[in-house]
Order: sequence, then structure tokens, then C-alpha cells
Amino acid sequence: MAQTTAPLAYLLHLADNALVLGQRNAEWCAHGPVLEEDIAMANISLDLIGQARMLYQHAATVQGNGATEDSLAYFRDAKDFRNFTLLELPHHGPLAGTANADRDYATTIARNFLNSAFTLRLWHALQASSDAQLAAIAAKSLKEVRYHLRHSRDWLVRLGDGTDESHKRTQAALDHLWPYTEEFWTVTAGEAAAITDGSGADPRLLREGWGEDVNQALAEATLRRPTAKGFLPRGKQGQHSEHLSDLVTEMQSLARQHPEAVW
Amino acid sequence: MNALLALPIASDAVARAWALLEQVPDPEIPVVSIRELGILREISEHDGAIEVVITPTYSGCPAMGQIEDDVRAAMAAHAMPVNVVTRLAPAWTTDWITDAAKDKLRAYGIAPPHTTQQPEQVLRYQPPRPLAAIACPHCGSANTTETSYFSSTACKALYKCLDCLEPFDYFKPY
Repeated sequence: MAQTTAPLAYLLHLADNALVLGQRNAEWCAHGPVLEEDIAMANISLDLIGQARMLYQHAATVQGNGATEDSLAYFRDAKDFRNFTLLELPHHGPLAGTANADRDYATTIARNFLNSAFTLRLWHALQASSDAQLAAIAAKSLKEVRYHLRHSRDWLVRLGDGTDESHKRTQAALDHLWPYTEEFWTVTAGEAAAITDGSGADPRLLREGWGEDVNQALAEATLRRPTAKGFLPRGKQGQHSEHLSDLVTEMQSLARQHPEAVW
Repeated sequence: MNALLALPIASDAVARAWALLEQVPDPEIPVVSIRELGILREISEHDGAIEVVITPTYSGCPAMGQIEDDVRAAMAAHAMPVNVVTRLAPAWTTDWITDAAKDKLRAYGIAPPHTTQQPEQVLRYQPPRPLAAIACPHCGSANTTETSYFSSTACKALYKCLDCLEPFDYFKPY
């Protein structure tokens, strides 16, 4: 296959996914339900932000014009982000009144599980990308997402097959988040271009295997697989929930207050 | 043609750089060097400047910036111009850690990583297989248990010895 460079829009989609989920999960830092989970979430965030940095560095090279990993992460607005809507949602269900409502660890675990099961397959496929740098990033990220999946799957089973309360909350989290996974299987123009030139992976080919993995885990967790209700999120096309603005504003505040700061 | 003849002959400067840089310790685990951990990959000479190739361990490992600085400082101390290149592929693996370094990790209180096992079906979730015992680095007992997959740094898991009751870090296979 001829050597190519992945389309910028595709690289930003992958980078934004990693950064936004990394930032969300980092909200547990110093607030974890138990010390070990606090540390686990910080470690998982560190991996995700590291993956985001490698992807932004690559995207900055593709973009040129003085772009850097920092300009892409800190000086694009929420509407320019191309992450899945699933990854920007707060750590609680749909009925909470504000973004600062009590965090629910079942929501965190269900999201990480649904997403890790998908990215495991995505990074595996992207090891064969015609963009050599993207393939190299995929090979590293694959090693890390295996640990992330192991962590979230283990907790999904523990919570789902746990007490009545933990089962109820995990099922509610799953029912809330499930429809957002529909976005995994849509293909944007940027993705279509990447699939055509061999630098990207077609997510539709990953769907069946993902479904089998999820079914197996849900069965172990004694959880019911929800059904999608027809809603199709468009985060990767730049149409986000209101929650992304809050997240991005907090994440970017320091860099925007001190734009040239170095330390 | 003999394949050996095609290999570049290490220049004196390259040999000196190896001698210098294999003394550079890992910033997090100073009992082992960056060469022993497999972070220092290649040293070559281009137009009078030494090029050093390093590879990151975990994607988000904060020590990588420090390692690059340490390589520059070690070379600068001997007035050797250096160009440090970070290369991602092939991806770093704990299988590159030398046996001598594994002994040093154990003596330092960190259980060294087992050999990575390539999953047979890479796409499938792999249930935690019955772990080959991770021996306690303090008392040597194999009667240990995993407390958490994640620990003090990205590369380690947290374990506890059920005999001497000491907690310890296990360097995860990667």
C-alpha cells in the first residue's frame, strides 16, 4: 500500500476522543470512590492524554502553518471538536440538574467499558494504517486500552452482579449511555476519506465483534442490553451536547489566560 | 555477500556515546539505566553529530521529557553535539528489559514483569488468566494478590504479599 498521511479531520477526531475522555476521567482525581480507583482513573487519563498528545503532534505536522499540539488542544473552541458525544457527557445520568451534580461511578464504568471495547478494535485495525505514524500510535495505544478494558469490564461485572443498588444504577447508566454508541457506526466525510486512502479503519466492520464482546460482558454482569431508540448523536460532526463547552472551558482556561506561558 | 559486511561500523564517537548514555539512569527507577529498560534504541553518527533514538514507554509517561533532557546533559558534559529523536515504532515492550535489570528491579522492591503473552485472538477481551505467581520482591513468597491494576506510575500494578503482608509494585507486562 502506498504511504499516505491520514486526513487532518480524521486525526483530530481520534485525538479529540482521547483528550475529552482523558479530561472527563481525570475529574475523579482526588475524588475517587476508593483510593485504588482514584489512582486507576488518573492512570487511565494519563494514557489517554498521552495518546492525544501523539495524535495532536502528528495532526500539527499535517496541518502546518505553525500549528502545535497545544494550539490544537487549547485554542480550538468546543464546536471545532470532533469527539464522540458519548465521551463528553458528565459522570451522571440524564436527570441530574447541573453539570456539577453528584458523580455516579456506574456511569463512568459503563462509558469506559463501551468505549474501550470499541477502541480496542479500532486501534487493532489502525495498526495496518497506510499512515505509518498513525499505525505506530495505534500499536502503542492498543497495549494501553487492553488494561483500560480489563479495568472497566471487571468493574461492570462487579457492579452489575453486585447489590440491588449497584445493579440498578449500572443498568440505568447503561440505558442512558447506550444510544450514544450509535455514533460509533456512522461515517463522516473525514472518515470516508481516510477509509478510501487506507489510513483509516471502517468502524462498520468492527460492529459485530464489538456487539459480541459487549453481550458476553453484559451476560456476566447480569445486565440487560438496551435498545437504541433512533437518536443519532453528531459529536464527531461538531454538533455537541452542552456539556462539552463546560469541559473545554475548564480545560483551556489556564492556557488562554497565559497564552505564551512556559515552565 | 556476508550480511555482516553490510552493517555500519561503529565509529569511535558512537562507541563513546554508548559508553556515556548507558550510564544514564531512568528518572523514576534510578537503579536501572535507560538502556537496560529498552528506552535507548540506537546511536548513530551523521555529519559529525550524534543521533540518539529513544522510544517512549507508556504514551503518557511524564518521564520522557526528563529522559531526553538527561541524554542531552550527559552528551553536553562531554562536549558532544547530539540530536535526540523519539521513535514510536516498534512499540516499546517490557520484553526488552534485560535480565540484569530485572534483578535490580527486584532488589529495589519492584516485582519485574513477566514475559508478555501475545493474546491468541487479539481482538477478543482476554479474561484475566490464572496468573503465574508474582513473587514478592521483599520475602520471595509466591503467595501474593493483586490489589489494583494501576499503581504509583502508569507502568505498574499494585500487589500485596499475603505472607509478609507488605504491599509492592509489579511492573506490568506491556
